[in-house]
Amino acid sequence: MKYGLALFLLLFTLISCNKDDGGGAYTATPLNLEIPSFFEENILPPIIPEDNPMSVEGVALGKKLFFDPILSANNTQSCADCHSPQNGFSDARQFSIGITGEAGNRNSMPLQNLAWNYNGKFFWDGRAGSLENQIFEPVTNPIEMANTWPNAVASLQNSTEYPVLFDDAFGTTTIDSTMVSKAIAQFMRTLISGNSRFDQFQRGEIELSPSEANGLNVFLDESRGDCFHCHGNPLNPLWTDNIFHNNGLDEFFIDKGLSNVTGDPRDDGKFKTPSLRNLAFTAPYMHDGRFETLDEVINHYSEGLVYSETIDPLMKAVGEGGVHLSEEDKADLKAFLLSLSDPSFINNPDFQN
Amino acid sequence: MKKIALILMMAVAFVSCNDDDGNAPIENVTVDVNFTHNWDGDAIENADFDVIQYTNAHGETLSLSKLVYLISDVTFTNASGEVFDAGDYTLVNVREGSNLTFTPQIEIPEGTYSVSFTFGFDDEDNDQNYQDLNSADGGWNVPVILGGGYHYMRMEGKYIDASSPDETNYQYHTIRAVDLDDQGIISTLTDTSFEVNLGQVTIGNTTNIEVKMNVAEWFKNPNTWDLTQLYTMLMPNYNAQIMMSGNGANGVFSLGNVTQ
Ligand code: HEC
Ligand code: HEC
Repeated sequence: MKYGLALFLLLFTLISCNKDDGGGAYTATPLNLEIPSFFEENILPPIIPEDNPMSVEGVALGKKLFFDPILSANNTQSCADCHSPQNGFSDARQFSIGITGEAGNRNSMPLQNLAWNYNGKFFWDGRAGSLENQIFEPVTNPIEMANTWPNAVASLQNSTEYPVLFDDAFGTTTIDSTMVSKAIAQFMRTLISGNSRFDQFQRGEIELSPSEANGLNVFLDESRGDCFHCHGNPLNPLWTDNIFHNNGLDEFFIDKGLSNVTGDPRDDGKFKTPSLRNLAFTAPYMHDGRFETLDEVINHYSEGLVYSETIDPLMKAVGEGGVHLSEEDKADLKAFLLSLSDPSFINNPDFQN
Repeated sequence: MKKIALILMMAVAFVSCNDDDGNAPIENVTVDVNFTHNWDGDAIENADFDVIQYTNAHGETLSLSKLVYLISDVTFTNASGEVFDAGDYTLVNVREGSNLTFTPQIEIPEGTYSVSFTFGFDDEDNDQNYQDLNSADGGWNVPVILGGGYHYMRMEGKYIDASSPDETNYQYHTIRAVDLDDQGIISTLTDTSFEVNLGQVTIGNTTNIEVKMNVAEWFKNPNTWDLTQLYTMLMPNYNAQIMMSGNGANGVFSLGNVTQ
């Protein structure tokens, strides 16, 4: 069957090649993402842009670039410095420090299952419209890698290794920033997490502990957690809606989030819902890393909600700070949240330097 | 399975090729259904969201923050009782302005039809697994402990009432009604989707049917909705679901303009 499909694809490619009449357009070795079966059965396929198909060489190049400080102005900082595998590809520091020693004002974001961000909006405030676009920012951000693209591209071009690797991936030794972004995006699309305890439970391999099972009920119960309307439910293994909400953190906003991008005051204080996968590794939490522990996060939803005009209508009993979960429900909710963490993801040898 | 799909696709490709250059006497057509929204006649646009400006039949003043709903089984029945139904569905998102126009994937002969659709999913459709809906809005499906199946509608916003100036959040979510026993085990599931009959419509080769939703009607009739009591935790509230369905089936939807 697979053979048949391959043949068909080949045929298809041939036909398209003919149409293109491309003078020997280069094709790297196609790579299929390893999609967990539970994802395949229950949610839409990942988004792979037509102009950046996955390839073995592209991913290998992207991985090398991701871990290489060569993209930063003074050769000291790589993407991985603020997106470390051991931290679920985020940063244990509340605010990441750029090459000049200056700190930003947002917590780094975990990188996982990014190919399933159907809205295609990246960053806490959604200001990047695709993964490829997103990559342009950290390289030139003065409080991150503080480089210029001509300089970054020149460094790559002058290195002994990179021109060959770009040739393998894209069929040319003449490097440009678009190819850099495409390669890194390809690597980031391979960062798939789908083997947490909860995933194993979904596959029927293990049972949840009674505490985790009750925690799931708290998470789903409209009168207790009601977390699922934003953070997803057992049929949605992404554990985020990738949509922007104000979850009641502040009365006034130092960082306006989404409205900085849309200019719409109705978006004040809204940030992208983060996935609940791999929370065991991604502390601190929230866009500004204000909470160091999951207990603090749960206490926030339980009794720390603060009213502001744009607070999401899903937030319950805001006048009382929240629905006041029992201590047992809080502990169980935490146990459930931790069951979504996936050690095999952060230890995957394919994702290490 | 994949092979069959392939063969089917190829067959379809061939057939469509044939169709194109044929001079068939009766032309089959698709129909556009266009959803518009109003509050007792005032059009609801994106700019109207998040503004506390509507007064419901019970007297609370409220805003809309979100209005997303599921429509399925647009059905065309001709004079001789022949039924055309693509069996597909669409998720209308009013604030985002997405899927406001739905073209059921079926071609029907031109003529006059009685047109109807289902609000939500009937039990038969509700028991399938839909990847696109599971992926929509963080998961449009309903968790199993709340009865499973899919949401029909998520209407959310804030209200104020005479007793206090504070805004209170409401979540008017409609799903299949579910009753749990003392142990929290599902004891009753009631299909609360409903069919809306738009009446007779003449279908030509570029017909667009407007379906109007009057949002105020969700709060009006036959149940005058007391938002101060019924504003939250409505999904597990069996009686509330029955009442929402009753109101929905009563004047929320109507036929608007039909353009040819
Ligand atoms: C100095 C620290 C730092 C460096 C270096 C850095 N990032 Fe980030 N990254 C962040 C922070 C902080 C955010 C959140 C920023 C925001 O929302 O404004 C972020 C957000 C992202 C996101 C968005 C994720 C999502 O779900 O929306 C991606 C993707 C990303 N970074 C990839 C990269 C890549 C690729 C590189 C290297 C080219 C890189 N980052 C370098 C700190 C860093
Ligand atoms: C209205 C949508 C919404 C609901 C409901 C909701 N959240 Fe969140 N959650 C968010 C948003 C948005 C953020 C990020 C907010 C920010 O950083 O400003 C967030 C952040 C989090 C984080 C931090 C994750 C990280 O990586 O920083 C955790 C953990 C979390 N929520 C758990 C929960 C739990 C548990 C519940 C139920 C008690 C819940 N959420 C209910 C929208 C929601």
